[in-house]
Amino acid sequence: MSRLDARFSIDYPGFRFDVACSVPLDGTIAVFGASGSGKTTLLRCIAGLTRVPSGFLQFDRTVWQDDARGIFLPVERRRVGVVFQEARLFPHFTVTQNLKYGMKRCHRSRRRIGFDHVIQLLELEPLLQRRVSYLSGGEQQRVAIGRALLTSPQLLLMDEPLASLDQQRKKEIVPFIQKLNRELNIPVLYVSHDLHEILQLANHMVLIKEGRVAATGPIQEVFARLDLPGLVESNMVGAILETRIAEHEPEFGLTRVEFFGRSLFLPQQALPPGAPLRVQILSRDVSLVAGAPPETSSMLNTLEATIVEVSESPSDQYAVEVKLDVGCPLLAMITRKSFQRLGLRPGQKVHAHFKAVALN
Amino acid sequence: MDWGPLWLTLQLAGVTVVVLLLVGTPLAWWLAFTRSRLRTLVEAIVALPIVLPPTVLGFYLLVALGPHGLIGGPWKDLTGSALSFTFTGLVIASTFYSLPFVVQPLHGAFETVGKKPLEAAWSLGASKLDAFFTVASPMAIRGYLSAVVLGFAHTLGEFGVVLMVGGNIPGVTKVLSIAIYDHVEVLEYTQAHVLSAVLLIVSFLILAIVYTVNRRLPVHVS
Repeated sequence: MSRLDARFSIDYPGFRFDVACSVPLDGTIAVFGASGSGKTTLLRCIAGLTRVPSGFLQFDRTVWQDDARGIFLPVERRRVGVVFQEARLFPHFTVTQNLKYGMKRCHRSRRRIGFDHVIQLLELEPLLQRRVSYLSGGEQQRVAIGRALLTSPQLLLMDEPLASLDQQRKKEIVPFIQKLNRELNIPVLYVSHDLHEILQLANHMVLIKEGRVAATGPIQEVFARLDLPGLVESNMVGAILETRIAEHEPEFGLTRVEFFGRSLFLPQQALPPGAPLRVQILSRDVSLVAGAPPETSSMLNTLEATIVEVSESPSDQYAVEVKLDVGCPLLAMITRKSFQRLGLRPGQKVHAHFKAVALN
Repeated sequence: MDWGPLWLTLQLAGVTVVVLLLVGTPLAWWLAFTRSRLRTLVEAIVALPIVLPPTVLGFYLLVALGPHGLIGGPWKDLTGSALSFTFTGLVIASTFYSLPFVVQPLHGAFETVGKKPLEAAWSLGASKLDAFFTVASPMAIRGYLSAVVLGFAHTLGEFGVVLMVGGNIPGVTKVLSIAIYDHVEVLEYTQAHVLSAVLLIVSFLILAIVYTVNRRLPVHVS
């Protein structure tokens, strides 16, 4: 697996930016952090738009920056696509001219992504002849994504591309970004301060705090960690499962999905059977039953689980977090009182009831 | 009626504007994007011709362009002839004189365009020069129009500097404003009237056309 290795440090007045990370160049890598944490600086350093005086950056086997050896590849030669928070379309060009700007500057032999493919993928056909100023915010951002893709980039960098859009427009764009990965196989580095976006899009995550990397790893691991400030308070700690749609039960308004041969139910989804669906089970949505499985529970989702570990809940002093194994890790946040009453200990077999949330 | 001064004036203004665009564009670009502390100093120097009396500017230019001057000396060594009282000397003098009228609109226009569209262009594979010509310049088109017109019109109306540096040599340095002065001196009011009216009408037409065109150009705000 090729990787991106980055080390950047610079002292700004009152702020030290000192980031070192290595991420796999596969799928979508989210860079998460509060505003002012330095995540955009990291993206700009990787793009080559900001040059810190002492930095090292290696993309797969190519060194893009190594100040120890005086190497700095300028942005226009890195072949990265950049999608900024604002679309930054060229106002003196039509949509088509904008889309083709980067394509024309990418040598024919390096073009992997066709114009028609991008038009179809991002549904740009009706916009092509329009002037940029007549597009809505969401349409502009779609054109900006298309424009970046048409350079056939080795890496797509997205700097909070949805931050300036309202909820409705965000919902419109997210499926397009999800498609990018599946259809074009370009690694994406996605900067965001919105955990919900990250849960929908990313499979790897770098958490930045005050100019430093606080955590990095597969998203499932990071969201199951209880020691990450910024994540714990969000109440979004929990398990993330990659499932497939098994069948719909329209009479009950439910959809059954499968993962590792197990089933769970969700409110009915609009996807066809066989489609992949990412599901999150928040630790606060899981309850535990010790002993025999209750036949008569109203809870639809019940899985047999083994307790792996019990720890203090970082967000609630009267609760504990129980790490379970159901074939994959699952977290349950239960009250201290229940914990004592049930006498839970590692290795014990229990049943977990839970509500699952579809991430799409 | 001698139309020589009119053609000479138009030639001088035209050549000066071309020189000013070549010199002024990189200067305005630097002013718009540099973080150097020298910036304010350079801005002040560029703006000087607006406030200085033309005779003061003309006096220093006369000294500089003379056979032993800062510019005239090396020029004489190189070409064998002096710069003062020549057309070339006038072009150089006019370039200094009209510099702020070209640099300031361009500087403002480049600042309005800003770094953002340029960063987008670079990330799409455009070199710095490519991005300048295909993104920054078209977006700054109004600034260019103002620069060309103000530079041209300001050079048309030049008097004091020309008188100091160029003198009054027919066909070489005798421009319109000086010809008018000459006619008035010898009480040839008819000729003075005609030439003045021509300068007035030409100036008015240029400005009217520019303001009309400018209104129709799109405003690009990034």
